[in-house]
Amino acid sequence: MSIAESHSGIIGGIAARFRTCPATGLQIDLAAERLIKANAVAAVVFLLVGGVFGLLVALTRWPAVHLLPADMFYLVLTAHGLDVLLLWILFFEMAVLYFASAVLLNCRLAAPRFAWLAFILMLVGGVLTNIAVLQGDSSVMFTSYVPMQASPNFYLGLILFAVGALIGCLVFLGTLVIAKEEKTYEGSIPLVTFGALTACIIAIFTIASGAIILIPTWLWSLGYISHIDTLMYKLIWWGMGHSSQQINVAAHVAVWYAIAAITVGAKPLSEKVSRTAFLMYILFLQLASAHHLLVEPGISAEWKVFNTSYAMYLAVLGSLIHGMTVPGAIEAAQRRNGFVNGAFEWLRKAPWGNPAFAGMFLSLVLFGFLGGISGVVLGTEQINILMHNTLYVPGHFHATVVAGTTLAFMALTYLVLPLIFQRKVILPGLAKWQPYLFAIGVSGISLFMMGAGTLGVSRRHWDITFSDAALSFDYPSAAFLMLGLNGLSAILAAVGGGLYIVITVGSLLFGEKVTADNVVEALGPMPTRKVSEAVKEYGNAGTFHLPGTYILVAVFFTAFVLYYFVNWKYVSDLWPMG
Amino acid sequence: MATKTKEPEAASERIPPMQRLLDNPFLLLFLGVTMPTVLYLMWGLMEITQIPIAE
Amino acid sequence: MALTPPEAKIWWNEKVERGELVWIVIAFLWGLVMFFMMVYWHLEGQQNLSNEVYRISPEKFLAKTEKFTEQYKVREEAGIPVAKAPAGSDVYMLARLWEWWPILELEKGQTYRVHLSSVDWQHGFSLQPVNVNIQVHPGLEHVVTITPTQTGEFSVVCNEFCGVGHHTMIGRIHVVDK
Ligand code: HEM
Ligand SMILES: [Cu+2]
Ligand SMILES: [Cu+2]
Repeated sequence: MSIAESHSGIIGGIAARFRTCPATGLQIDLAAERLIKANAVAAVVFLLVGGVFGLLVALTRWPAVHLLPADMFYLVLTAHGLDVLLLWILFFEMAVLYFASAVLLNCRLAAPRFAWLAFILMLVGGVLTNIAVLQGDSSVMFTSYVPMQASPNFYLGLILFAVGALIGCLVFLGTLVIAKEEKTYEGSIPLVTFGALTACIIAIFTIASGAIILIPTWLWSLGYISHIDTLMYKLIWWGMGHSSQQINVAAHVAVWYAIAAITVGAKPLSEKVSRTAFLMYILFLQLASAHHLLVEPGISAEWKVFNTSYAMYLAVLGSLIHGMTVPGAIEAAQRRNGFVNGAFEWLRKAPWGNPAFAGMFLSLVLFGFLGGISGVVLGTEQINILMHNTLYVPGHFHATVVAGTTLAFMALTYLVLPLIFQRKVILPGLAKWQPYLFAIGVSGISLFMMGAGTLGVSRRHWDITFSDAALSFDYPSAAFLMLGLNGLSAILAAVGGGLYIVITVGSLLFGEKVTADNVVEALGPMPTRKVSEAVKEYGNAGTFHLPGTYILVAVFFTAFVLYYFVNWKYVSDLWPMG
Repeated sequence: MATKTKEPEAASERIPPMQRLLDNPFLLLFLGVTMPTVLYLMWGLMEITQIPIAE
Repeated sequence: MALTPPEAKIWWNEKVERGELVWIVIAFLWGLVMFFMMVYWHLEGQQNLSNEVYRISPEKFLAKTEKFTEQYKVREEAGIPVAKAPAGSDVYMLARLWEWWPILELEKGQTYRVHLSSVDWQHGFSLQPVNVNIQVHPGLEHVVTITPTQTGEFSVVCNEFCGVGHHTMIGRIHVVDK
């Protein structure tokens, strides 16, 4: 905060201290800034821990390496799921919520004390659950399906973590209220804030479901409740488990819009369309928790078809819209920036050397092509019979939550470091390559796990040779190849992830201070125009001419339709059943 | 945004209903929680509690 | 700019570009196709998961399966009984830590009612290499109607994590010609 005058503002009778952002002119509440920093740092630490676990898991599933013994494998897999899926993602999302409310709305953060309480509860909860897992008596996978039982602290930690996250969501909503009352902005909230609001709303349902199921389960583990119905547990647990992934989708789409705005000056093609797409998420996305219950006995096909399709694919419609409007906004902006030749000059001349842009665009493409298509296919009621609980499932969600969300968050970090932490990114030469390395590794993990899953290989499985089993079964040798390639990709992804951690932590410790003079440069290479100009500009682009985007969308749609029907063909080859 | 001219108070009256919905976080919160609670959770629980008992 | 409030105070009435509209319509229609594909398959398709399910105590399901196995046992394999019930009848398979029991022998082209349940934790019925995957719960008896169309030796891999012996849990289904 040395870089700009900091002053205390008395707003609404409460003193909040602000600094002025040299890049955007926004007033940044220092309390919000500290919270963003704390949550982002915690997120990165858990990514490091969870990422190491992920590598160990992948190396164990590589038959030629088979690193860990069985009990350690299941322990580490449980920890991997928890640390990356819950802790890394949700801590980072808290940072995004505070950024999208206090910073973007030019407002003080509501109740920073409660936000700190949220942070501490999440931290204590996360650590408690980790300890329970590492003690070895809670290797139940992060899904902890009853009647398999973990130690009480496993559930207690998750409950504390969830309560903390809920408080964080309330702080976000409170900040929206304050900003409106104190008129720190005019008209409607920015689109990115609206995306964050979408994430927050989904988070509230998520956490409520978690509380409804985890509190009784905790009491059951303590012996106060004798029985938890296995099917009810799963229904409600996935209300949390899957919806939490939808928080990610809403959050990373908001992050795409934000990065596109900062790096190339993109503005939404249509506020109406983009916001309606988010509304589709709010209304329908959470129904897809049914994806995990498609081959469960005891729930009707009507319920399955309706819920797994997000009420006739209306939430998919939302994603398909964002999938066009984000590249469309980038193309429009790049054309305004002067790259008007042919269908793709705007894309070729995009700032590919800027890790924020590269990470964002890779996240967009991989999420759509790998994660989105595989997700819709996997979530088709009858096709799920082919894939449920095979490695196809982790293959799919590493494309969504790692190539999509994680990569988007990594990309955002390259902007958060200079803008919030006020540090220049160290090792820019390596940082430039980080998103590519990670993206290639993760694409490999996703594709090869999906490949192995298509061959029937089970997820969460220590030994596909069944060497200790009474009977034997041989998977096709291609399955072994897939798992080997998966192991190699995991090493690449781990190097890419490790590089991210080194760069982030290194920049925090040793990065050059960012000042008003070098802030634009610190944001990385950009197309011609300057960021402060780009960020502030609205201006109607006039009529759009987006041939490149239309071609991309057409290629995507063709791939989607073909892959979808190929899988129906596989279903029709199965033994008749009913 | 600072350069915007002040619009008359009555302008807020003319904001289309859909935009008003999208500008209202708490209404959205209500919808976003109610939809999955009813369609996913309650419908699902109803089915699970109605599974017949084997003879 | 996505980071700042919309430029126009009333943005809902702004015109949507044609390209965007066309894509929205295509995407919406595609959603309908995918939705009705699932409905269509329930009406015309051969591969749907049955929803014939009963609540049953693990003890009772164990007793039923033992009775069935005793009645139709034809031989043993690796110490596990093999049951061959008349074509088209009800057959039973239970899941427990860490085996599928008994082994079944079915005839190709015949339709069986397979009763699945667990007597302890959840397990995953994964028929390989056919690749049919069904979740198995304790306390729920799931009756799946199935018609093998190939002969040979098929394995039932457990694909729901069920403790440290999960990867040793394998069962067997033989399909033979009439
Ligand atoms: C270096 C990076 C990573 C590698 C090498 C990796 C690898 C793997 C592998 C091999 C599995 C096991 C699949 C199985 O046996 O069932 C797995 C599971 C999983 N991974 Fe990752 N992963 C990485 C990063 C991440 C990240 C960043 C996330 C979330 C944001 C994530 C979320 C998960 C989840 C939720 C599971 C499922 C755990 C379970 O089945 O209980 N992974 N990962
Ligand atoms: Cu099992
Ligand atoms: Cu198992």
